[in-house]
Amino acid sequence: MTIVLNGEPHEFPPGASVLALLEAIGLAPGRVAVEVNGRIARREGFARALLRENDRVEVVHFVGGG
Amino acid sequence: MKSDRLTIAGRSHPSRLIVGTGKYPGFEVMRRAIEASGASIVTVAVRRVDLSRRGGESLLDHIDTKQVTLLPNTAGCYTAEEAIRTARLAREAGLSELIKLEVIGDERTLFPDNEGLLQATRVLVKEGFTVLPYTNDDLVVARRLRDAGAAAVMPLAAPIGSGLGIQNAVNLGLILDEIRDIPVIVDAGVGTASDAAVVMEMGADGVLMNTGIAGAVDPIKMARAMRLAVEAGRLAAEAGRIPKKLHASTSSPIEGLLR
Repeated sequence: MTIVLNGEPHEFPPGASVLALLEAIGLAPGRVAVEVNGRIARREGFARALLRENDRVEVVHFVGGG
Repeated sequence: MKSDRLTIAGRSHPSRLIVGTGKYPGFEVMRRAIEASGASIVTVAVRRVDLSRRGGESLLDHIDTKQVTLLPNTAGCYTAEEAIRTARLAREAGLSELIKLEVIGDERTLFPDNEGLLQATRVLVKEGFTVLPYTNDDLVVARRLRDAGAAAVMPLAAPIGSGLGIQNAVNLGLILDEIRDIPVIVDAGVGTASDAAVVMEMGADGVLMNTGIAGAVDPIKMARAMRLAVEAGRLAAEAGRIPKKLHASTSSPIEGLLR
């Protein structure tokens, strides 16, 4: 299935969870925040949050700033 | 007045200097500059993870979050909605309610959008955030932010990153004179140590800066200068300066002079 991840289309296996997506892209779940279709996905629910075709997923983290 | 600690929303921090983490030539210089500044709160920005650069170093590998408190910002947000969205993501990423709220209204000056700032402050306060809004030097806006539940107000001294120093001493003075129940932290415009000392002498509770340190030729040395300036300015404010007089008054006694 196609997921729009940080603005770009990506292919993931159908029914992948947010946790599986983070693992697939090599990110530790403890340092990011995830939004699915404009709603925050809570960290403790990453494994249970299943993604669907065309979901818009944003994965953000902290960078240097003032 | 207590010189050494800054209290925000009931939580006491051991330094009155808040520093940014942007614009450094590298993480190691940043880490050492933060250390030299003595800052106990550091600001960070929230951005998309760059998926093309996997496995690279991450900012948080270089910040000891046991020693310093992270203050995420909403820099780059031009509407209340964007800022609220960014704040919610920041809370999720950092597991803390602290947010430096920026709602920018103009690209060239990076001046705040007062209306959006107030709107976002009200929403985020209701959601339990500790909101520290970056605001312009307008007393009326500062008053409204306080009344909306902001935990501090953070007026600018000059445009962000300009290094112009204090361009608005009267307006800052009016805010410092009236807003006494929450901290007033001067955010933006500091170019060198004397600027930081002056705002602290004026009675500011704290100073927030990024470019003034990160952009210096030697950021680590400048970080230490800022630390000393903030401490010196605060101590001077507490000590109470002498009145200014037009003419000289002798420091040495007149009596006993050789005639």
